[in-house]
Amino acid sequence: MSLSKIQFDKKIVLSFWIILIALIIAAPTILPVFRLNLLGRYLSLSIVALGVDLIWGYTGLLSLGQGIFFALGGYCAAMYLQITSSTEFPNNIPEFFALYGVEKLPFFWEPFRSPVFTFFAIWIIPALVAGLIGYLVFRNRIKGVYFSILTQASLLVFFNFFNGQQKLINGTNGLKTDVTQLFGQMVGSESMQRIFFWITAILVIAAWFFAKWVVKGRFGNILIGIRDDEPRVRFTGYNPVIFKTIIFSIAGGLAGISGALYTVQSGIVSPQFMTVPFSIEMVIWVAVGGRGTLLGAILGAVFINYAKSLVSEALPASWMFIQGGLFILVVTALPEGVLGWIQGNGPRNLLQRFGMKRKIETYPSLEVNNKEGNNE
Amino acid sequence: MNNTDLLNLIDITVSFEGFLALNKLNLNLKKGELRAVIGPNGAGKTTFLDVITGKVKPTNGEVIFKGKSLVGRKEHKIARLGVGRKFQSPRIFENLTVKENLEISVTTPKNPLNLINKSIKDEQLIEIDRLMKIVNLAQKVDSKAGSLSHGQKQWLEIAMLVGQKPDLMLVDEPVAGLTDEETDLTADLLKSLSGENTVVVIDHDMEFIRRLDSNVSVLNQGTVLCEGTMETIQKDKKVIDVYLGRPED
Repeated sequence: MSLSKIQFDKKIVLSFWIILIALIIAAPTILPVFRLNLLGRYLSLSIVALGVDLIWGYTGLLSLGQGIFFALGGYCAAMYLQITSSTEFPNNIPEFFALYGVEKLPFFWEPFRSPVFTFFAIWIIPALVAGLIGYLVFRNRIKGVYFSILTQASLLVFFNFFNGQQKLINGTNGLKTDVTQLFGQMVGSESMQRIFFWITAILVIAAWFFAKWVVKGRFGNILIGIRDDEPRVRFTGYNPVIFKTIIFSIAGGLAGISGALYTVQSGIVSPQFMTVPFSIEMVIWVAVGGRGTLLGAILGAVFINYAKSLVSEALPASWMFIQGGLFILVVTALPEGVLGWIQGNGPRNLLQRFGMKRKIETYPSLEVNNKEGNNE
Repeated sequence: MNNTDLLNLIDITVSFEGFLALNKLNLNLKKGELRAVIGPNGAGKTTFLDVITGKVKPTNGEVIFKGKSLVGRKEHKIARLGVGRKFQSPRIFENLTVKENLEISVTTPKNPLNLINKSIKDEQLIEIDRLMKIVNLAQKVDSKAGSLSHGQKQWLEIAMLVGQKPDLMLVDEPVAGLTDEETDLTADLLKSLSGENTVVVIDHDMEFIRRLDSNVSVLNQGTVLCEGTMETIQKDKKVIDVYLGRPED
């Protein structure tokens, strides 16, 4: 890659960041609370998308089960809120338990009385579950489409399990958070939602830096190596199982954080977070934004979801068609996604097709040779 | 078998659902030796490498490397013990740069913690520079490996193999698709590597094998037909029958 190309890439990424941060800062003043809350939700979805990009875009693992870890994070956060807000209910346990005759908090929820424990549980529990599932799958060298099917099957297992457990987690009804209290304030209140928006915005940026740190350097190169030629990585002396388990676990942790932030801003967590279409949508955001770009995952998640809400308001039944069309467009015309297309000089090539002039470009290696030729 | 041997293959049999890819193959390699392995298509040359590197588990037999059995060990463990392999078609990481490819090969220890926490050691950077000079890729340091020519890819993979510092290098058809000049350079390179390293080269190209000037093992139907210098095997009647072919009558 020539130097100018790298600088060009940096400029694009930087300009997108400036736009994104400007939007985030301006949003609370321009947008009505309803819209701000939607934007906050979509920003939180971009964190799970970052995880999908790490495992799919970089490592080549197409998981269709990220909803599991997303929901786990959401349930951890929601149960903490329910428990802390249940002081006026009998036995100091959330109200719904009474409906099923449960009088004592199930033992595994006990630690969730502690905010510190919950803070860690939100990302560590999904990361551990992802690590365990990942290790078992990767150790048996299940990959490609079999991996995707397996993750989707796991998602269905979790979905059905959560749906059926009224006595533990209120089953299909899920856990509501909007009427719970946090630090003496109603979680669903306007001021709290504004705070959650800021927390989300900061965490999105932090998650991006973290993901960037993971993929830069040799660790990231091994991930790319695993994606492109796993046996070669193995014969070079690396154990791909460990690398894949780590990155899948990281993606699980990010999904958990994402799920918790999404839950407090949408007011409820339910097994609906673990439906098959939702997990597939996460993949679509990344595919449309641009695989292996990280920023593309964030942009994809925010813009597709925002478009979804705007389109659904105007033409309620049409969104599924638009989303499907978008995906087909990306698969056929922009296999690198929108950001990948821009970075790959896509717009310039398009202008040229319409007869616009274009700067003459040399093949990178020729450029190097030319420079040397000039010195002689 | 004696203690100057680096590798012993003892009665290796590999059966793929009844088809014997290798049939009681015996082969011993001394430390520092350069050995060429030839044989007609389907003779079991690549399976032979697969068995050593752990990709295929032999149905029967034993692989002893540096006094340790390799049978049943995972590929990456065998690689860490000091067995390096170059594949038939160049297998490099096309989306990484030349330098990044070499970083992957020279890095030790090869665990995630070392890779994510620390930057590459200075001596490893020096080693990368040295390797890039050997294979004439110094100008391509930051080029994507995918943009290299076929010959350069072959050489990059050889450089990656050397960078792993293996005791045993297994090189599968290194000159396939190379120009005559590149073939000669590759032969010289491999010769210069032996002595310090033990090198096994698999190839069809007789000119290339002759240029290696090494001992040759001829494989046929999964077993070693004949071993010796190029002159000896060229005179061997069995080898002529199955492989070299009789001169036209």
